[in-house]
Amino acid sequence: MNTWFTRVHGGGVRLRITREEASVVHALVTQLLDLLGGPAPDQRDDGLPNLSFSENTTVSDDPVLARLFPDAYQEDGAASAEFRRYTEASLRDGKRAAAQLVLETLGEGGEIFLDDEQAQVWLRSLNDLRLALGTRLEITEESLERTRALDWNDPRTAPFAAYDWLTYLLEDLVRALW
Amino acid sequence: MTTAPVELDRPDAAEDVRPDRPWVSIVWNDPINLMSYVTYVFQAVFGYSKKKAEKLMLDVHHKGRAVVSSGTREEMERDCEILHSYGLWATVRQDV
Repeated sequence: MNTWFTRVHGGGVRLRITREEASVVHALVTQLLDLLGGPAPDQRDDGLPNLSFSENTTVSDDPVLARLFPDAYQEDGAASAEFRRYTEASLRDGKRAAAQLVLETLGEGGEIFLDDEQAQVWLRSLNDLRLALGTRLEITEESLERTRALDWNDPRTAPFAAYDWLTYLLEDLVRALW
Repeated sequence: MTTAPVELDRPDAAEDVRPDRPWVSIVWNDPINLMSYVTYVFQAVFGYSKKKAEKLMLDVHHKGRAVVSSGTREEMERDCEILHSYGLWATVRQDV
């Protein structure tokens, strides 16, 4: 199995990623960013957190957004709505800022140093990306066998291959951080 | 896309908070999140040992869900928000 991430003595993680691999990550993260509503608003000048509430109080019709921002209460719609009103805007901003940081640090690939904090942001954002792609592909526990049986001409082959590759990339980052 | 105004009062829940029934946060199984990632998140978020984090992850995987923390309602909503930031499927409820 390939190694992309290596723990650096004294802190942080080194990422070695080819230009081709970086372009795949770049394209997928850009799609994720679009789905989340584009770049996060600029940081406030006074350094205070964004306290805006989400106007949205119901779970999204889009299965990917519903998976990234699930209901917090199983059988209490009102409590779920209130939780969403107080948390969804900042959760969404966090995921957007994370995707942006991945794009900025990734550049065109090569050898990239991530400090501990950036490595954590990469971890969460790669997982968001894999969740988004996997949800879009309707991945189930039994999907592996099904996708391996796909014909090479099937249009789903490329996204399934990207999903598999993200699995290795994320697994490798978890291993490096442990 | 717009949504209709929603009534946000929850008098029933507010009156039913008794200190002897703590609140819990629950993580649910999903077919996408990696077992290694979920274990790592339990360690990173809650400071659990690897052994405890792995046991919770396996409970989620085999039983479909696991209680991962308990405390006040506010604490559990905070845990839930952090778990959502990591992409885990988490919910809150009062312990039964």
